[in-house]
Amino acid sequence: MVKDVETVHKDGPPQGTNVNDFCMTICTVNGSGSATANTTLLRSLFHMGIPVSGKNIFPSNIKGLPTWFSIRVSKDGYLARVAHDDIIVQMNPMTFKEDLKFNVSGGVVFYADHIDTTIDRDDVIAYPMPVQDLIKQADVPRNLQEYMQNMIYVGIVSQILGIEIDVVYQSLISQFKQKTSVAESNFAVVKLAADWAKENLEKKDKYRVETMPPLEGYIMADGNTAGALGAIYGGFQFCGWYPITPATSLAESLNIFAPTLRQDPKSGKNNFAIVQAEDELASIGMAVGAGWAGLRSMTSTSGPGISLMTEYMSLAYFAEVPVVVWDVQRVGPSTGLPTRTGQGDLLLDYYLGHGDTRHIVIIPSTVNECFEFGWRAFDIAEKYQTPVIVLSDLDLGMNIWMTKEFQYPDEPMDRGKVLWEEDLENFKRDWGRYLDVDGDGIPYRTLMGNRHEKAAYFARGTGHDEFGNYSEDPDVWRQNLDRIKLKLENSREHLPKPVFHMQDDAKIGLIAMGSTEPAILEAQDKLLAMGIATDYMRIRALPTSKEVLEFIKSHERNYVIELNQDGQLRQILITDYCEEISPLYSLAYIDGLPMTANYIIQAISEKEDI
Amino acid sequence: MSENKSDTNAIGLTRTDYRGERSTLCPGCGHNTISAQILTACYEMGIDPHQIVKFSGIGCSSKSPTYFLSQSFGFNGLHGRMPSMALGAAFADTTMKVLGISGDGDTASIGLGQFKHLVRRNLPMVYIVENNGVYGLTKGQFSATSERGLELKHQGQNPFLPIDIAKEALIGNASFVARSFAGDPKQVRELLKAAFSHRGTAVLDIISPCVSFNNREDTLHSYQWGRQHEAPLHDIAYVPTRRAIILDEFKEGETKEVTLHDGSVVILKKLEHEYDPTEKWQALKMLEEAEKNRWLLTGLIYVDPEQPTLYDYLDLTEEPLNRISSEKLRPNWETLQKINQSML
Repeated sequence: MVKDVETVHKDGPPQGTNVNDFCMTICTVNGSGSATANTTLLRSLFHMGIPVSGKNIFPSNIKGLPTWFSIRVSKDGYLARVAHDDIIVQMNPMTFKEDLKFNVSGGVVFYADHIDTTIDRDDVIAYPMPVQDLIKQADVPRNLQEYMQNMIYVGIVSQILGIEIDVVYQSLISQFKQKTSVAESNFAVVKLAADWAKENLEKKDKYRVETMPPLEGYIMADGNTAGALGAIYGGFQFCGWYPITPATSLAESLNIFAPTLRQDPKSGKNNFAIVQAEDELASIGMAVGAGWAGLRSMTSTSGPGISLMTEYMSLAYFAEVPVVVWDVQRVGPSTGLPTRTGQGDLLLDYYLGHGDTRHIVIIPSTVNECFEFGWRAFDIAEKYQTPVIVLSDLDLGMNIWMTKEFQYPDEPMDRGKVLWEEDLENFKRDWGRYLDVDGDGIPYRTLMGNRHEKAAYFARGTGHDEFGNYSEDPDVWRQNLDRIKLKLENSREHLPKPVFHMQDDAKIGLIAMGSTEPAILEAQDKLLAMGIATDYMRIRALPTSKEVLEFIKSHERNYVIELNQDGQLRQILITDYCEEISPLYSLAYIDGLPMTANYIIQAISEKEDI
Repeated sequence: MSENKSDTNAIGLTRTDYRGERSTLCPGCGHNTISAQILTACYEMGIDPHQIVKFSGIGCSSKSPTYFLSQSFGFNGLHGRMPSMALGAAFADTTMKVLGISGDGDTASIGLGQFKHLVRRNLPMVYIVENNGVYGLTKGQFSATSERGLELKHQGQNPFLPIDIAKEALIGNASFVARSFAGDPKQVRELLKAAFSHRGTAVLDIISPCVSFNNREDTLHSYQWGRQHEAPLHDIAYVPTRRAIILDEFKEGETKEVTLHDGSVVILKKLEHEYDPTEKWQALKMLEEAEKNRWLLTGLIYVDPEQPTLYDYLDLTEEPLNRISSEKLRPNWETLQKINQSML
């Protein structure tokens, strides 16, 4: 079982009217086609204007193991995971008894009535669903019955909770896009089930939904799709990749969207290339080669793949090659929990490589930000001529989130210091590939194919002087590495700045990154109601900017909240600012599931002695 | 060679324009001969050095790209992982001629995977393995191409059968497989020219003796063994266009011609046996026989000039990707509004 039973009872049922404020978990068997049904419910709630989030807790398996899809409905806009269930939709005999333990008192169970079991709790309201009988009545081909029986629970749940049937229809239409007939046949099943519920079930529970004002300016999307679209609008030209959960859908989204968005309008030919490599050793090799040759180049992977990319990342750092690497984190070490979420790759990524390496890491926390960092990463990589790691995670990358719609890039592309034939001809100063003529640590680069007589140079991982010549001279080595460090130090104030959520007279600072944001925002509100004011700083890039130290110093106590065992972000902050900072406590934990507000509230309450 | 320093080739360059830094490899190293033949082949073919891009892995062989063609861009990558780097870079400008230099340590051990995938994708490039059957830069360990029974000073006797790079290439569906010997520079040069004209991955496994660690007269990768046991499949001559063939030199019936993708012709003059390098089964059989008899089989082992390349699958713009302006790379505002609309 994936949830910690202990926390259910501590969490307790949510306060309030139970209107537009509950958590519903749909328990199914993976491979049974429930994703479409779950997304239909999610989108329907979104179309009713109700803030909603969906989290798929799934096994590393194709068919036959339990999977859970939790939908949180929150009129207040709280979108973090909660550990309890107000409502359970039970389609899986294997987990029936166990799942029931997570139901709050007064909660609801919708269950497929062919599941042979007894409900041993008298404090929950149970609705049977004659799934098999109804699907037989529906006009559904035999081979599709298993998949479409999920639409039965969509219909029954919608009827009992008050999800409007017309909205369900619209959700199906927008989900199936061009395939209207498929949407229609699914809807027929939904309607049949809703009508049956209307006739046969008496509403006894307290949960329901009501239409709210439309969520203007919001869309529903996952972070991997957003990251891929961001890359496409950022002018990506090459992606070498290798399949790995949970990063696979990022490269696959490039394959889906790039062919239509990135054809040359005149010739109809592609101005990009995507290659599925034989492994991550090769995908990063390809990406570094392309980046060196002047393409906006990227790869996407997860922790195990990052390990394999280490040596090329060292080379790219030292040879000063721009390349963008997406790390959609899962839970390690080793294969670990490949279908769960975490933030355990931060230290690995920041210092990835042998010798002295330190990379720019940018960390989105919303789907919208995945889009923005998708294009911005290339500008940073080319400006500083260095690898940029975009640190996402499974929760952000693979789950569908309500998010602000994607904004068109508001800055022109920054292609960095590149000299073509004419530029080199007009360049009035000495040119050497690694010669720092501007004093900012960033030299000018020429690209393969440049026919100017001075343009060519030999890039290498061995010690080299300002003109790219082999050198083992100690001074040359030190000066070169110092210049690269200067370049990285100068980047601090030009990377995405931290985002702040401040409360009046707060003495406590909360520091975090990435997808824990919804849990922290919710915890902040609830802590304030308990009399604890907090300021929250979300770090969006490493190395950090001066605001980070100012924030830490301006609070009596700071808590660094993160989804890993050893408090990796805290370690980096301590390393960077050890001589200057006030107490910095770790609130790190990892179990493979997204952060809950309740964890933060409890942990801070304990530390603050409340 | 009687050559005037002011001599120029078809594009008006002198041999000096093709030079590199002074080699730091051991005097007598086979790799230096190969470097010289690369220089000569490019000069004689009149390839603009700016039109060539060099890649290498790690090891003695991989140091050599700085010893020729200083006016060409190049990148010295990682051990065994030059193919992936070359592949990524190649997309930036598909008009470039890509030249990869590797060794047996680089290709036949950690690099075997990338090597096989390179030939499978048939990326247009010349891929040279400077094969000396020993790790030179780390001072004399067995490599994966060392023959069984080889004795090295600090290693004892090698108990394992070797990996045959030409055979691996052939089984991996390479479109051009040749083997040569650094002690036969003329053949190396002619095969290099054919390789530069081939559209696809051209694998050249060149036995290139290591004078410091593996050059005993009774070992397979030594100069002496090579000179005594080289078994050329044919005499090979490269002619840039069909018109230039001088018929007197090659009597009909004794030669076989292979026309490459760019219209150049490789003329193979029959020696002891008939050999058709477009027959894969025959090629494999010859390699087996050579291994059994400990011959150093050289020549153009296999070629398929028309095998589709990686570029054929990707439908890229004619304009080199690395020269495309930023404006063309960012789709317009309206397209993003449509995407936002589709995600409600």
